[in-house]
Amino acid sequence: MDPTALAECLKTTSCVVTQVTSGLIIGMLLFLVAAGLTLIFGVLKVVNFTHGSFYMLGAYLALSVYKISDSFTLAVVCAGAGVALFGLVFERLFMSRVYGSNVLMQLLVCYAFILMMDDAVKLIWGAEFKSMGMPTAFQKPPILLAGGVVPAFYLFLIAIALAIGAVLWLVITRTRLGKIVRAAAHNPVMTSALGINTGMIYAAVFAAGGMLAGLAGGLAAPVRSMAPGMGVSILIESFIVTVIGGMGSIGGALAGSLLIGLIRSFGSIGFPLFTEGIMFLFMAMVLVIKPSGLFGKDI
Amino acid sequence: MSKNEKPNRVTRRRFLKNATALGGAAVLGFPMISRAQAKTIRVGMPTILSGRVAQLGTSSRNAVMLEIDKFNAAGGLGGRKIEMVVRDSKGQPQEAARVSRELVNSEGCEILFDAEASSGAFAVHEVARDLGVLCFHINSETSSLTADPKIRIPNAFRTARQGVHDSIVGGSYAAAEAKAKGLRKWMTCSPDYAYGRDTTAQFVEYLKMFYPQAEIVGEAWPKLFQPDYTEVITKILQAKPQALYSCLWGGDLTSYIDQGSIYALFAATQFFAVNMADYTALTVVKNLPVGIHSGNRYIKTFPRTPANAAWGDAYRAKYGEYPTNWAWESATTANFLISALKKTNSADGKKLAEALRGMKIDSPFGTDGTITMRAEDQTIIGYAIGWGTTISKEPYIPEVKAGDWKQILELELDWKKRNKYL
Repeated sequence: MDPTALAECLKTTSCVVTQVTSGLIIGMLLFLVAAGLTLIFGVLKVVNFTHGSFYMLGAYLALSVYKISDSFTLAVVCAGAGVALFGLVFERLFMSRVYGSNVLMQLLVCYAFILMMDDAVKLIWGAEFKSMGMPTAFQKPPILLAGGVVPAFYLFLIAIALAIGAVLWLVITRTRLGKIVRAAAHNPVMTSALGINTGMIYAAVFAAGGMLAGLAGGLAAPVRSMAPGMGVSILIESFIVTVIGGMGSIGGALAGSLLIGLIRSFGSIGFPLFTEGIMFLFMAMVLVIKPSGLFGKDI
Repeated sequence: MSKNEKPNRVTRRRFLKNATALGGAAVLGFPMISRAQAKTIRVGMPTILSGRVAQLGTSSRNAVMLEIDKFNAAGGLGGRKIEMVVRDSKGQPQEAARVSRELVNSEGCEILFDAEASSGAFAVHEVARDLGVLCFHINSETSSLTADPKIRIPNAFRTARQGVHDSIVGGSYAAAEAKAKGLRKWMTCSPDYAYGRDTTAQFVEYLKMFYPQAEIVGEAWPKLFQPDYTEVITKILQAKPQALYSCLWGGDLTSYIDQGSIYALFAATQFFAVNMADYTALTVVKNLPVGIHSGNRYIKTFPRTPANAAWGDAYRAKYGEYPTNWAWESATTANFLISALKKTNSADGKKLAEALRGMKIDSPFGTDGTITMRAEDQTIIGYAIGWGTTISKEPYIPEVKAGDWKQILELELDWKKRNKYL
């Protein structure tokens, strides 16, 4: 532990700027994955354990499209759309059949798909790790901000993640579709009695959750090496985020992601050997004080 | 017996009777004799065939097969061929141990080729200790595995490079660079497990030995297979070291370089990455920074010999990609086993172990064209080892400064004494 280094850092503007932006970067990518996870849970009341695999699929799709088109924008869009489509098919053919079942059955279906998707990635893209490389547009020196160092690509990532979060919030809180989704989450029987096809709503929400994971995978592809099984670690962190923020809360996912990002960022300076421990400790504290999470209510 | 009958005479009738009896006995009574002669020598190989380091595990398997296929095609050991039984451990130590036990107990393997990273190698080592099976540690570079007499066992041999050797050569090379460029402020960033801790401590020890002015201003220990290094990179930026050492490897190293590059980390600091000069990392990083200092892992231009280049080309011709550090180590393992089999004319583990102690084989990967299995700690010495700086295209490290084995062995001896291994 090195609390002196942390105290020194907090006194320096450049250190605070660098570490805060570092926390934002870590948090925003986590938010995109965790938002999808929490959206699906909030409406469908299922924990989608395949969400990490969706993220992996998004990264690989982006890699393939980028290789063919040399366009990062197209790669990210195709990653989001491709995983949304996959999520839709997955929900209709498999998940929809276990909505009423116990959690163990849902876990079994998801785990089977995690293994199958890892093997499918191995067959299609190979077992070796892959790297997309930084798109030419972002191959620039980092920006100096109040003495802190911020890469241009990460500023872009933060902006995109915030924009996606804002769109998601607007759709859910300000549109008719959002009202229907919230109604379906609150009382699916009553919503169905009003003539709304809740099955379609569920499928759309699952696809939207998949799209968010796919977008996160695509956006992270230039800075993460890709390998079968890469979704597991991000799934664990996403769960921590959703538990801290409150299962089913988009705002909670954002707050949880940012908190985790900042804990990791400043923790690496003050408590380098206990950063992950602090994350879990923080989660435990939140659960003790507020078992439903910081923003724990349905969307 | 009549008096006219000659007692020892072999009559045609007696010959036919005896021959028939012997033939019948061979077919009905002693089938095991003929079967044993044709029995293959089964070698179990747990390795990592999935996940972020699958490419290394796959290259390990490929290199072993390259050598074993040649041995089998040449007739094997008096007709007995080697059969490789390869299993995926997924890079998980507990799975590596389980698979190893299964390979010996259920699959009938007489020998183990442990092609795991260090985390798994220690687990397989305990299985070898328990079962008494002959075991080759192909890829684990953690020095204590064979250096520490409490860990070492008579039936396990390391056919991999060793961390302390790399650290001595790396420390010596880095100190020379530090002296020339005035690099006093150093930082380390290595994976948080046995290999990372062990190798980094040894590197720092030798850096300071050769250049006492070097000061370590910070350490970062990311987890093995960590996807995001942002907080580690920004921590390094805050410490503003003049030089940075890392023994990250494989996909972790390429991720780290991709993420560090956008912070211009490698422009601000001299980067010493012992595991960079391996084709897996060199070819995967799209924007390889120029001037990274690295130890040789496997490159076909070091040692700069026709035999090494030919081996690299043969591997590439067969598998469509360059070999890796794990590949040359695996080929060396297969060649040690083959040499021991030929020497003993047996697949008995104890006889093979006896033959392996002190054995010297011809090898394209040796500094002088040979590699020796040192008898006292059952680990290889004399392999090509050196450091150089990267360029972004082939041959990636144009000039490698070779390590001096005399110096390596002397300092290794001191290191063992200090650690009470002797």
